[in-house]
Amino acid sequence: MITPLPKLLVGCIALLLGWVAVGLAGLLRPRSVRLAGRILFPLGALIGFALAALAVTSLLGGGIERMVLPIGLPGLPAHLRLDPLSSVFLALLGATAGGISLFAGGYFRVGQGTAPGLLGLQYHLFLASMGWVLIAADAYSFLLAWEAMALTSYFLVVTEHRRPEIRRAGLIYLLMAHVGALAILLAFGVMHGAGPLTFHAMRTAHLSSGWAAVAFLLALFGFGAKAGLVPLHVWLPEAHPAAPSPVSALMSGVMLKTAVYGILRVALDLLGPPVWWWGLVPLALGLFTILYGALFAAVQTDMKRLLAYSSVENIGVIFTGIGLTIVFAGSGMPAVAALALLATLYHCLNHAMMKSVLFLGTGAVLHATGERNLGRLGGLIHRMPWVAWLTLIGALAIAGLPPLNGFVSEWLLLQSFLFGDQVPHTFVNLLIPMGMAVVVLGAALAGYVMVKFYGVIFLGRPREAALEQAHDCGWLERLGLAWLAFGCLALGLLPVPVIGALSRVSAQLVGAVVPQTSAYGWLLAPVPGRSVSYGPAVLLTATVAVVLLTVLAVRLLFPQRVRRVSAWDCGFGALTARMQDTAEGFGQPIRHLFQPFFEMQRELPAPEDSAPRYRIVIRERIWTLVYEPLCAATEGLANIAARVQQGRISVYLLYSFVTLLVLLAVALLS
Amino acid sequence: MNALEWLTQLLEGVVALAAAPALLGWVNQCRAWLQNRRAPSLWQPYRNLRKLLHKEVLIAENASPLFRLAPYVIFGAMVLAAGIIPSMGTRLPLVASADAIALVGLFAAARMFMALAAMDVGTAFGTMGARREMMVGFLAEPALLMVILVASLTSSSTALPAITEALASGHLGLSPSLAFSAVAFVLVLLAENARIPVDNPATHLELTMIHEAMLLEYSGRHLALMEWAAQLKLFNYVCIGFALFLPWGVAVGAIGPVGLLVAVPALALKLAAAGAGLALIETVSAKMRVMRIPEFLATAFLFAVLGLLVHVLLGA
Repeated sequence: MITPLPKLLVGCIALLLGWVAVGLAGLLRPRSVRLAGRILFPLGALIGFALAALAVTSLLGGGIERMVLPIGLPGLPAHLRLDPLSSVFLALLGATAGGISLFAGGYFRVGQGTAPGLLGLQYHLFLASMGWVLIAADAYSFLLAWEAMALTSYFLVVTEHRRPEIRRAGLIYLLMAHVGALAILLAFGVMHGAGPLTFHAMRTAHLSSGWAAVAFLLALFGFGAKAGLVPLHVWLPEAHPAAPSPVSALMSGVMLKTAVYGILRVALDLLGPPVWWWGLVPLALGLFTILYGALFAAVQTDMKRLLAYSSVENIGVIFTGIGLTIVFAGSGMPAVAALALLATLYHCLNHAMMKSVLFLGTGAVLHATGERNLGRLGGLIHRMPWVAWLTLIGALAIAGLPPLNGFVSEWLLLQSFLFGDQVPHTFVNLLIPMGMAVVVLGAALAGYVMVKFYGVIFLGRPREAALEQAHDCGWLERLGLAWLAFGCLALGLLPVPVIGALSRVSAQLVGAVVPQTSAYGWLLAPVPGRSVSYGPAVLLTATVAVVLLTVLAVRLLFPQRVRRVSAWDCGFGALTARMQDTAEGFGQPIRHLFQPFFEMQRELPAPEDSAPRYRIVIRERIWTLVYEPLCAATEGLANIAARVQQGRISVYLLYSFVTLLVLLAVALLS
Repeated sequence: MNALEWLTQLLEGVVALAAAPALLGWVNQCRAWLQNRRAPSLWQPYRNLRKLLHKEVLIAENASPLFRLAPYVIFGAMVLAAGIIPSMGTRLPLVASADAIALVGLFAAARMFMALAAMDVGTAFGTMGARREMMVGFLAEPALLMVILVASLTSSSTALPAITEALASGHLGLSPSLAFSAVAFVLVLLAENARIPVDNPATHLELTMIHEAMLLEYSGRHLALMEWAAQLKLFNYVCIGFALFLPWGVAVGAIGPVGLLVAVPALALKLAAAGAGLALIETVSAKMRVMRIPEFLATAFLFAVLGLLVHVLLGA
């Protein structure tokens, strides 16, 4: 039998190799910013868009393509597979990476540690390895790509490796990545049983329920560490600020989603039909992560750390969705499971777009001002209108406001929560309302965080004199930002086709699609038997119409002139930019309300201080409670083990001799 | 048929626009009577709006376009919200596009724009107001959503008119879960509309104000729109309360002349009662310290969650 050539899969591999080639081309003239920035990164962006188009084609086709490449271990060639689940994440990778690469073309300059050509190589290898993770269909090539992804991103994180805090951040990242990879390796080890290491064999292997649960929990640990699930999130707030902004965007927007892909692949595909109680673990952890991430985001002063914590929060939303999917799927409610799965996937797409916009926005601000501390920014909407207005779209989207995209996935998630009272387990029935409460609280906190983020950076008065000289970003950067902001709008306004495409995945994984029962194409009505619907396009049209009418009516009827004067401020007069809220000030209510969450060190000035100094440092308790004892224990164990190492050859000979004796004794006795 | 529904839709919006200032005037009147003061006229809010609309607009030198855009966006969001809430009829075509979750989203959008606009000029009071408003919002918004979700669990729909229809056709009196929600809702209403005990609508004492602090830099027609939007917000919240807890009088199905004859007086009656009740609450309670507000709102949130739990446990 001749199998037809898997065209899309071959195309996909070719594009990934194209990324590698683009990366290698940078080595021709590694010091040339012009080559990397003006030619290679835009080329990489084009490859990204092509990959997205190809993935969407594959998704709409709904087929599965397989291929075996004769590379890899002897006896284990590389198995590759392109199915709807891979396609969704490939589309996410391509579309997001396209925008980020465009931005990166204008972003990287000379003199930032790594040479631009080398940076381009790392960057494009990173992209290619993420793509490879998504199409790998055996444990070996999956883990190989996974490691390549971790290593290339490590090098990207430490681009400015001359600064010690960046090296430290890189180390934490590398450590967490490898602890996670170890767990994934073990999970695959459990799953393949005695068969070969291909995913196909894992699907057909029959695991006992205990081993299946072990495999699931190991995978959850491993992928959770990569995704940033609390308490494994500690690398995120370190690595994201350390990395250059396009890399942060890529890591937060895309790389975290490969971990989501991994857990979906394992839990819903490789392990067979899931058991309902598995879902409770990601559900509970996800909910805690939402609250934790949102609260810490609200008290940050470094804009990129703030965004990193916001990513933690969004990963919480995604894992909550995964948990719900598993609970519903395991309780024999495939239609609702499909709804929850769609909410999860939709949120992955959304978060990729909006978080990339925000990270790139901070990148542009960082370039223009050299400042990451929110307390030294302000008023940039006047100096950098492009960045400011495009970032506003991202900020409103991530705050979950209609009609932008963040709202759609939130809406879907809430709709699936509303089915929670029909789960045939009373305990879950009680848990789910709590879950819903946390999700809505998280969404509202995200609004708080975004007002702080946007208001302190872009609005108000410049807090430093140097900000007056800030300049807007270049055209490549604008193009990249605009593409991603457009993505936020499009995903927000056109949920129906997106859901239609994503339904292929729910059909594949939970065996149900969400019916589009609405008679109108623009209404999203995903819940069978309930009259719920949402039509963002109509909503936007109505809003715009009402606002325009108001503007027209007010302007025509009351055409009083507008006069520019100095700010009123209750007639206070002596106003300086320092009197605005700082980032610390804006986070104060949250700090006050959720005190037990934070470990705070404060320096408060006394009334008679001649040089008053106010300082507040907020740390996570998790460092002192979990990680520092863990580090100390590891070090203690290592010290004990180190006693064996004497450094004298006679001692080592003695070890060999004793070992030999012991082995002989064992052999003789048995 | 369809035209009639759109007409109802339009009517909802227009009535809200026209009646919102009167509702505020009525509350102020009741408050004055309760406090043994001479009451201002019912029409005073209209006069204020007219006065402001005719004034010149003063804008701070460093205000960005966002500052000028915000009043229109906020006003538009409130008008639109009025169109989604079934205050007189339940056949609203717009509701298919925006259910109750989207309604809460609209309120959130208005709040965010208001906070951002308050931070735009960069005054100490503006940022302080924005921070406090977001502090109120991050607890009040989920509480409101939870209240609505309880009701939507009862009626298997998140569309407000469907909820109203389901509740209106049921027996009179509140189910236990809705009773908890009603308490939560009243607390949220007070907080969201800057009423005592959370905020004082009449104050200009800088350190205690929330809502007013955000409006300090506005003047002329912008201020008029902001004030009108605030009045609409109060009207909308009261009408949400009616839709969830007092659905009688609302015309189920397409509104006709007969339905209108019942619905309009019923709405007027309910608004009068609610306004008097609001004035009573405001008279008997004292303004809280700002850092006590989260406790107040956390109570509301807990009540709403409790309502949900009760619903799941008792199925009522």
